[in-house]
Amino acid sequence: MNVLIPSQLRDYTGGRAHVEARGGTLAELLADLERRHPGIRFRMIDEQDAIRRHIKIFVNQQPTRDLGTALAANDEVVIVGALSGG
Amino acid sequence: MPKAKAGKGTPRPASGPVTLFVGTRKGAFFIRSDRARRSWTLAGPHFLGNIVNHLVLDPRDGKTLLCAVRAGHLGPTVFRSTDFGRTWKEAQRPPAFPKAAPGEKGLAVEHVFWLTPGHASQPGAWYAGVSPPGLFRSEDGGVTWEGVVGFNANPMRSPWIGGEQEQGPPDGATLHSINVDPRDPGHLYIGISVGGAFESTDGGASWRPLNKGVAADFLPVKDPEYGHDVHCIRLHPLAPDRLYQQNHCGIYRLDRLAERWQRIGSAMPKAIGDIGFPIVLHPRDPDTLWVFPMDGGTVWPRVSPGGKPAAYVSRDGGRTWRRQDRGLPAKQGWFTVKRQSMCADARDPVGVYFGTTSGEVWMSANEGDRWTSIARHLPEIYSVEAAGG
Repeated sequence: MNVLIPSQLRDYTGGRAHVEARGGTLAELLADLERRHPGIRFRMIDEQDAIRRHIKIFVNQQPTRDLGTALAANDEVVIVGALSGG
Repeated sequence: MPKAKAGKGTPRPASGPVTLFVGTRKGAFFIRSDRARRSWTLAGPHFLGNIVNHLVLDPRDGKTLLCAVRAGHLGPTVFRSTDFGRTWKEAQRPPAFPKAAPGEKGLAVEHVFWLTPGHASQPGAWYAGVSPPGLFRSEDGGVTWEGVVGFNANPMRSPWIGGEQEQGPPDGATLHSINVDPRDPGHLYIGISVGGAFESTDGGASWRPLNKGVAADFLPVKDPEYGHDVHCIRLHPLAPDRLYQQNHCGIYRLDRLAERWQRIGSAMPKAIGDIGFPIVLHPRDPDTLWVFPMDGGTVWPRVSPGGKPAAYVSRDGGRTWRRQDRGLPAKQGWFTVKRQSMCADARDPVGVYFGTTSGEVWMSANEGDRWTSIARHLPEIYSVEAAGG
């Protein structure tokens, strides 16, 4: 499925905003992203499998913080860096 | 107090150009001098927009740099360069705590805060101090990192640090001041803010508090065993039984095998006090050290007392102190110098350097007698390390 990568993480994707990844759940998708783009997962997800405070993930435009969220092949996943202040 | 003597291996002063590695809230910068240390050239930024808490050169090879990086949005990591900063690669396994068992709350690294190269006999070994307070070690030059279980899983860790706190550095609890005894790679000291000073004699397998004599005015307990607020500890490499500490509650010195720190900050002028973040040692004279006092009154402004910045030097192990403010703002100078933001080079006379929260780097080529601004308009400075010379 198509994953939109925020600018903060495009060093890991060779500058690409849209990448392909597979998985039946958000956790599996993130594991696949890590295989394809080593290092990217830990910048988004901490060692306790929590989505970091200033990362938001949307599946079909719905926000989720649950890595168990089920995914279908045509789902759209958008990852956003969200931080206020200077 | 006994006068410490440097051992037989006192190195000759360095004579070449100096490079400063500057970590800031928005990236890292290099500042390179000419041989005379009169002309300085700023280069960078590296990691623009990322928080760089510490950027350290490996003295064992003179070209490997490790850089503690996190972005506002992204998790903490370590980048490494093996060509003096021309190219960078991220650690394959950055410092991370173990995954907690189901139903238990685990720790997550918020910042990699402090980097220390390992013992000279262990090339590739590095230590990292992180927030929340944790200690990590790399055996492969910073490519992969493992937790030091003897500290991170120590049943006393939580009591030592007063329980978990929410804020990370620069405003919260962290592990720093990792000192390796040059005579023994298994002999380590660390500082925790808050938590105190701790010592290991078995390579980090076990730890014990080392805080006798240190004030902890903010605690209700008199003479607690731990819970102190260490700002910076430095071990003198040529006299490794000599430790100096800048604490939230004063300046101290410890001559091992003694166990009780002596408050050498009591000799500071009363109007200035002995509160600050950094403490810097002369590379060849264990009795010479510098501090940069800050205002620790009322609500703890943490800026130069009275808006008049100055370093203070002691040439006798802290028995007496002398103000060094020539060249610095005579008034309305309201910056802070953080614990990693002051350092010395290996030249003769020693160059002393500090970076400010207002983004300036100052240097003195004559051991603090006169200061010159060598960089301005940088982001808030978190660390300054000197190499070369």
